[in-house]
Amino acid sequence: MLARRYEAETFSAVAVIAGEEAFCDRRGALFFPDHGLLAVSDLHLEKGSAYARRGVFLPPYDTAETLTKLESVVADFDPRIVVSLGDSFHDRVGSSHMPSIFRDRLEKMMRGRDWLWVTGNHDPDAPENLSGTSVTEVVLGALTFRHEPTAGQFAGEIAGHLHPGARIVRQGKSVRRPCFASDGLRMIMPAFGALTGSLNVLDRAYTGLFDWRSFRAHVLGSERVYALNRSVLFPG
Amino acid sequence: MTQQTTIRSNASPAHFPEPFLDWFAKRGWSPRAHQVDLLARSQAGRSVLLIAPTGAGKTLAGFLPSLVDLAERPNRKPGEAFRGIHTLYISPLKALAVDIERNLGKPVEEMRLPVKIETRTGDTPTHKRQRQKLDPPDILLTTPEQLALLISTKDAGRFFSGLRYVVLDELHSLVTSKRGHLLSLGLARLRRLAPRLQTVGLSATVAEPDELRRWLVPQGEQMVPPPPPSAVPLPRFAGEDQRGNGRDLDPPPFTGEGDHAKRGGGGVDLADLITVEGGAKPVITILDTEERVPWAGHSARYAIPDVYDEIRKHKTTLLFVNTRSQAEMLFQELWRINEDSLPIALHHGSLDVAQRRKVEKAMEAGSLRAIVATSTLDLGIDWGDVDLVVHVGAPKGASRLAQRIGRSNHRMDEPSRAILVPANRFEVMECRAALEANYLGAQDTPPLVDGSLDVLAQHILGCACAEPFRADDLFGEIRSAAPYARLDRQTFDQAVDFVATGGYALRTYERYARIRLTKDGTWRVSHPRVAQQYRLNVGTIVEAAYLNVRYVRSGRGAAGRGGPVLGKIEEGFLETIAPGDTFLFAGKVLKFEGIRENECFVSNASGQDARIPVYAGGKFPLSTYLADEVRGILADPKRWQSLPDQVSDWLRIQRDKSVLPRRSDLLVETFPRGNRFYMVAYPFEGRLAHQTLGMLLTRRMERMGVQPLGFVASDYAIAVWSLRDVGEMVASRRLALADLFDEDMLGDDLEAWLAESWLLKRTFRNCAVISGLIEKRHPGQEKTGRQVTVSADLIYDVLRAHEPDHILLKATRADAATGLLDIHRLAEMLSRVKGRIVHKHLERISPLAVPIMLDIGKERVNGGAADALLQDTEDDLIEEAMG
Repeated sequence: MLARRYEAETFSAVAVIAGEEAFCDRRGALFFPDHGLLAVSDLHLEKGSAYARRGVFLPPYDTAETLTKLESVVADFDPRIVVSLGDSFHDRVGSSHMPSIFRDRLEKMMRGRDWLWVTGNHDPDAPENLSGTSVTEVVLGALTFRHEPTAGQFAGEIAGHLHPGARIVRQGKSVRRPCFASDGLRMIMPAFGALTGSLNVLDRAYTGLFDWRSFRAHVLGSERVYALNRSVLFPG
Repeated sequence: MTQQTTIRSNASPAHFPEPFLDWFAKRGWSPRAHQVDLLARSQAGRSVLLIAPTGAGKTLAGFLPSLVDLAERPNRKPGEAFRGIHTLYISPLKALAVDIERNLGKPVEEMRLPVKIETRTGDTPTHKRQRQKLDPPDILLTTPEQLALLISTKDAGRFFSGLRYVVLDELHSLVTSKRGHLLSLGLARLRRLAPRLQTVGLSATVAEPDELRRWLVPQGEQMVPPPPPSAVPLPRFAGEDQRGNGRDLDPPPFTGEGDHAKRGGGGVDLADLITVEGGAKPVITILDTEERVPWAGHSARYAIPDVYDEIRKHKTTLLFVNTRSQAEMLFQELWRINEDSLPIALHHGSLDVAQRRKVEKAMEAGSLRAIVATSTLDLGIDWGDVDLVVHVGAPKGASRLAQRIGRSNHRMDEPSRAILVPANRFEVMECRAALEANYLGAQDTPPLVDGSLDVLAQHILGCACAEPFRADDLFGEIRSAAPYARLDRQTFDQAVDFVATGGYALRTYERYARIRLTKDGTWRVSHPRVAQQYRLNVGTIVEAAYLNVRYVRSGRGAAGRGGPVLGKIEEGFLETIAPGDTFLFAGKVLKFEGIRENECFVSNASGQDARIPVYAGGKFPLSTYLADEVRGILADPKRWQSLPDQVSDWLRIQRDKSVLPRRSDLLVETFPRGNRFYMVAYPFEGRLAHQTLGMLLTRRMERMGVQPLGFVASDYAIAVWSLRDVGEMVASRRLALADLFDEDMLGDDLEAWLAESWLLKRTFRNCAVISGLIEKRHPGQEKTGRQVTVSADLIYDVLRAHEPDHILLKATRADAATGLLDIHRLAEMLSRVKGRIVHKHLERISPLAVPIMLDIGKERVNGGAADALLQDTEDDLIEEAMG
């Protein structure tokens, strides 16, 4: 019942990971209703300014856009706990350089809930001047949340880092989209940040992480999430 | 060298030093009239445009002024100040620079002139470049990119201070591209560094010589800029207004100073013009064949045996096609029937460089009987004894055809021989039109467009890398370049702002600025690293979207190490194929195995058929002039006599069963077929414009409740199929074709479509790379095309949402108007056919509609949102599981 309601309201798809039910939201967030936990990964906040520091001027709207999207999923699911799965900031100085308007928006979202910043390779330190708790991983029941997926199969692991994406080719047209990648045992989450690209799930980097027989790519469409199996995916 | 001799030209006396006269005399030659004329005008301080066919001694003419000047220059004494470059030669092709070095070196050596000639291209080793900086040659042969690099260095001023001449070769092909825009800005900079500078432009015949004449001299601020170029170039006929050696021009008064043109007297600033008429008219024929000319398609397979016969009859044949895939197909088919094992080679831009060089060497040595080539061979490289040019597929433009035919028989006084091989029935008419245009001397080179803003941004950064600049000065300098003569100050300031901090309304990047306005009013580079980055990314050719094609053993997939690299292939092509698919490349049938990083793995599939059809109609859209002529042929039964019987019969039956449109009409036919309803229109505006039209029409039909399902576009026509009957809706007055084809589709519909068009995203990506927003390369790391593509798409979406008026989006839209979307031409067509739409409601398909209807099965239908594809894929799975 609960599942149907969330599906209808947020156009999410249901996935089961190590026995836990989760919703794959079309905006790239993962919600565990039994725990009231919302996970997002690879926000890469302040990516634009990180590039600007070396003279490449990407549009400076990425942080605002990512936050707007984050606000909308937080409002929709109203989670008790939010886990930001690492690479929350594009680089070490991202959190300290972030303009206060963005800082205020983040703080407002954090109010009244637990907020866990998992460290990532881009942001190995705790964010500066921000609430929430910095952790290297989170264990909750059968689930383990960490930034980089552990080599080999690992039941219950929710990770990010790889920015999974899927590609299909039909009628001579190719479509490439970010996706949740899961074989029912573990889940690798898509990057949530604006201006973050994706890496095809058929790339070598994913070798050994999944049991392909039960693999599903939960592909983010503009209206909803589409579950596709391995046989219809294309490399590249 | 003190003796002075004067040869009269029709302009003013030309001065030839003794070694030159001796050299000509020893060979029993005398300088040609245009060579004398050009020298005289140069010596009178003028910049000159020389329009001449190949084989007219154009190159020597172009270099005469500098060679004469150099011959009389006193030797450099020990201790004398540094001598920079005297003459700069710029060509669009590296190979051309190398070719010229060889050809020019000969007379220089024979006349014992104290002249040092060197090339500088992307292939020149670093130590040689360093040495050239310290000890510059007298004549430097180079490319537009290298010029951009040279003027961005700190010692550019010293290096070019003594520059007297810039010779621009193949100017007609340079000016139409972004490379040309970059070059024009480089030229403006050179003029500032060396105010005595004169230019010599060498060009094939073009429709509007004045555009090129403006290009060669600084454009004054007092001049009234010409109106924006119309999208419809009026064909010009050689001989109509310029006869012979530029006699329409008054001889210029001698001023003794090189800046004569600059003072220009308040009128339009133009270089002098010298036109050399072509020698013997080429002998062009359309392939005479017993075979049936196909209704549709681009392969011209029917003609292969006839073409092979012609190769056998001639010494060396050059076979031109429009695309790589056509070249591959033709090469393959020729070898299939090559019983005499004639040496036939293949040459196109995607082949590995080493392979291409091998073919070029063999061609030079005269050991080839035929070579199948694409536009990589269009330009003026002079090879061996070509005595026949075969053009397979329609030439798409009269000027293009003339330039390609010019490749045969490089002696002006003998006629060139060429055979046109139409691949289908519409192409028969197009070939006919091109052939007639050639005899009339009609030219249809595209009109020049305003300089692009992404190139402007690149140049501004380059200028800052060389030295600090004042905005006022740089603005004036840039406006002196013809493509930027109409640039307004606000746009210029936007470009400077873009270079400094990205040009965003949200000013968050001030502290990271690449260039900064300092207290003394100059803009300066903020860090030496900026200049280093600039140098890695200079140029306007965005090549990132190519992957290496590497040979592996079959069945290995993308695993294993693999064998040799066969060449490069467009990523866009690989997007549409799946592992296991077979296609033609490098003369072989290959099986696609997979992609790893920036390599595409393939295996041998010889003996199999290439399964993947590639659109082979060519990248060049049908020229407006030829399109109009084809409409003219259709409308005038008297002109059908020159067509083969099978084609004129076809038109006759069309006239009986449906109708033939008058020259300026737009014919729209509607008819049912199967369980669908079709609407076919014949605008003849080229595939790009039709593709755009299709996108916009289907959107509109959707809204009008016609329920369109798809469309297909060719160079000549467009077909849309739908669930409801357009013909019936028109008859019952529920729909008016005038509304359907109304110009207002270029408003909101266009905007809405552009929002999601991958064509525009690709255009944006190029602008982003050229302007320096995205780097091609960053010190220490090489970005592959795949990575760039992903981030450019994301940037485009963000920018469009937040700053729709950003300068890069402006640049993108300007490109789209003339480039991949050809909106310009579509707009002209829609306005032309207002009130001239002829509707014919039929019970069944018309003869004229057959070719486009045959395309439906072959062409991939574009359209349908990404989500629909995802949905379909999922539905298939469900069916598989439940069924």
